[in-house]
Amino acid sequence: MQELSLNILDIAQNSVRAGADLIRILVDEQPADDTLTIVVEDNGCGMAPEQLEQVTDPFFTSRTTRKVGLGVPLFKMGAQMTGGSFQIESEPGKGTRVRAVFGYSHIDRMPLGDMCETMCSLVGCNPAIDFLYFHTYNGKGFCMDTREFRAVLGDVPLDTPDVIMFIRDYLRENIALLYGGASEDEKLS
Amino acid sequence: MKSLAELQAIRDKMKNKVGLREDSEGATRVVVGMATCGIAAGARPVLAQFTEEISKRGLTNVTVTQTGCIGICQYEPVVEVFEPGKEKVTYVKMTPEKAVRVVNDHLVNSNVVREYTIGANAEE
Repeated sequence: MQELSLNILDIAQNSVRAGADLIRILVDEQPADDTLTIVVEDNGCGMAPEQLEQVTDPFFTSRTTRKVGLGVPLFKMGAQMTGGSFQIESEPGKGTRVRAVFGYSHIDRMPLGDMCETMCSLVGCNPAIDFLYFHTYNGKGFCMDTREFRAVLGDVPLDTPDVIMFIRDYLRENIALLYGGASEDEKLS
Repeated sequence: MKSLAELQAIRDKMKNKVGLREDSEGATRVVVGMATCGIAAGARPVLAQFTEEISKRGLTNVTVTQTGCIGICQYEPVVEVFEPGKEKVTYVKMTPEKAVRVVNDHLVNSNVVREYTIGANAEE
């Protein structure tokens, strides 16, 4: 996996399988502090302490189609390789929270990649789940909440191809603004 | 700048079509494998291409969805097409370019693209 956004897509699949109906994803880029923090948090079935201990072991998986589970271990390795850190917390019946901090300027940090496509894939494939996406860069931030879209759409499902095309453009514009647009302070001066 | 007003317009446009999808037991399902193996092999752009082509073509009785690892990781990205009353078709080692052809030939014109199927790609 060559982009952090692909890791995020992969980690969020665990939340989907945990039966969550709300998944929060945070990408916090702080070049000034030299950190990039990623949080994936869900309200799914959670894990018992014994299972939680095993999830970072590549030879553990709850699946039966194969014997390895590489998603979480790869993500953890990606963070630690950059001098960062990795935490996973979980409580049965409450949900799971994965947090990884990456060294922003570290040579081994994967590029963030296309978060827009990651979010579109998640929303489009899981129209029954709500997604909250926060992305901040250098103190500027933006938030996408599918519950807002749902309120406008009424009966029209989120996975309608035209809706996904809308969400794709919406994300692309807002993420581009984060990197390119002036901050509130800069606008004033 | 995209605004929620635009979303409202989509809703109004789709409203009369929604019934079609809701009671569509007859809908075709395109299922993309999105486990670690699929994602690492390039499933995300394949999925995006399917969504885009289906939107472009205005195919209202096709849904695109995902599944986990089905155990044939060496063939990822894997895409399965389920059409009511027909046998499942499994496409392997997919790319966005192949996805366009599957939409045009298979979903629109009902011609299975044999050369992309698992049968045609099985290793000895």
